[in-house]
Amino acid sequence: MTMNDFSVTPNREFGEVVIQTSDLTKKFGHIMAVDHINLSIREGEVFGLLGPNGAGKTTTLSMLATLLKPTEGTAKVNKHDIVKESDAVRRSIGIVFQEPSSDDILTGKENLYLHALMYGVQSNVRQQRIGEVLKLVDLEDRAKSQVKTYSGGMRRRLELARGLLHRPKILFLDEPTLGLDPQTREHIWEYIRRLADQERVTVILTTHYMDEAERLCDRVAIIDDGKIVALDTPEKLKQIVGGDIVRLRIKNPKLSPIKELPYIVKVEQTDDFVLLTVKNSSAHLQEILSLVGNAESVELRTPTLNDVFLNYTGHEIREADAEGGFFERASRARSSGK
Amino acid sequence: MTELDGLYALWYREFKVFLREKSRIVSSLFTPLLWIVVFGGGLGSSVSLGGTNYQVFIFPGILTMTILFSSIFFGLYIVWDKRIDFFKEVLVAPLSRLTIFAGKMLGGCTDALIQASLMLAFGVILGISYSPQMVALTMIFMLVLASAVVSIGLIIGSFMESPEGFNLIVSFLVFPLFFLSGALFPIDNLPSWLRVFTTLNPVTYAVDGMRGTMLGISSFPVIMDLGVLLGFAAVMIVIGSIAFSRMK
Repeated sequence: MTMNDFSVTPNREFGEVVIQTSDLTKKFGHIMAVDHINLSIREGEVFGLLGPNGAGKTTTLSMLATLLKPTEGTAKVNKHDIVKESDAVRRSIGIVFQEPSSDDILTGKENLYLHALMYGVQSNVRQQRIGEVLKLVDLEDRAKSQVKTYSGGMRRRLELARGLLHRPKILFLDEPTLGLDPQTREHIWEYIRRLADQERVTVILTTHYMDEAERLCDRVAIIDDGKIVALDTPEKLKQIVGGDIVRLRIKNPKLSPIKELPYIVKVEQTDDFVLLTVKNSSAHLQEILSLVGNAESVELRTPTLNDVFLNYTGHEIREADAEGGFFERASRARSSGK
Repeated sequence: MTELDGLYALWYREFKVFLREKSRIVSSLFTPLLWIVVFGGGLGSSVSLGGTNYQVFIFPGILTMTILFSSIFFGLYIVWDKRIDFFKEVLVAPLSRLTIFAGKMLGGCTDALIQASLMLAFGVILGISYSPQMVALTMIFMLVLASAVVSIGLIIGSFMESPEGFNLIVSFLVFPLFFLSGALFPIDNLPSWLRVFTTLNPVTYAVDGMRGTMLGISSFPVIMDLGVLLGFAAVMIVIGSIAFSRMK
């Protein structure tokens, strides 16, 4: 599996708008979890909500899935209002939660059967659909084992299968690959991509993994403190950074001549490192190195969404924090006296 | 149609879980058997009531106890469900809250009835002779009682966030309901202060109705017992549906 397998086909045709939010807002007490978000998402898109924990991603998703009522504003999902027509919305969506929500005393197949019953899958196609989704996520051989014997990756795949069982037009995924090993993540990305491309399912996912947003999503909204700070294709977002990143490990750098150079976009200095944003870096690396002094090491890379995030918010997404979220944000809000 | 399928799905889930957790059945029968064999047997060796051996006299009371405990603690599973997110998946399904409540309630009743039926069979060993009508009427009493008490458990469970909180509230409720029901003593000659409590306790009518059905000993007409119990169950089911529709 190479990176190109996931890249977005240029000029992919998206259908009509299936999700439209208007000033969607959620407050928990004094904390603005989601702050007047306006989004429109088209059929067949894989749309990413990227941001650190507590940025408001899951809250946004929960409101769109009718699990939470917005404090202000509303949204239309598949032409139905999330507040006034929540039943109709529920029938057109599938949702896979961050925490595993399958019953682990039951087998994988039994879980799917229950889901089919609850979501009104017609009795004449039930078994066939269950077979299809099990095949899609490669769980046919373990379908009759109790879910408690599954690995983390298998559970995630089962949840994904369940989310697809009633053929929703729109699929919500909350951190679809949180805590999974790289190989399983690749698999799940592949499934999601296939769904959007072949089945025309619109996928809205939240993630705080940069690589996931970059490789899977057609468009990414960067969310911080409940607000959308940027929204575009991953490529365009990266272009906004304005060049490649050159990272030098160097003591006592001579930065003043560097800052004068026309192709230097940005210069940042931390302890032993200098971080340069450079246009057309490969042509100018030699000159930079001759001017800056004795560098111990040089690293040249194209910008990642992490650089984009840093560019917009002034802080990095800390990938290490997998847990936390709301409470973390609550305590942050309290300590900063908001 | 979808609602009925959903109702079946919720019931099916509870039933499957019940069948796989065999330890639940064993542990839920252990306490009532202890009461019958040790307490009933011990006291029964020197006491008889209304011309009946004490052990046989309390048998309908112990059946009630089996249902009371297993039904009310069924509400605990909903607290667990809420914690593991399984319930979120149910709540987001296109089903009415009444259906969700009814599915859970019927699942709980099934569990309780299976356990109580095993106890009922134990009555043969005590020398109670059953007729088909008697078994049918007893089962009806058990079902109505279970639906009321499962509803109470679910109502409490829908409000509680932690299993510890649930257990605390339930033990404050379940022991008075049991001891003030006349499960262990006749209620005809009680001091008036105690009589107030037993008359107000709906579980009294379950014990009295079953004792009347099985042994022919009762303080109220059996039909009145059934009526009171039906009313109690109806009220609890309505409150339960409301509690579920308010649940996030």
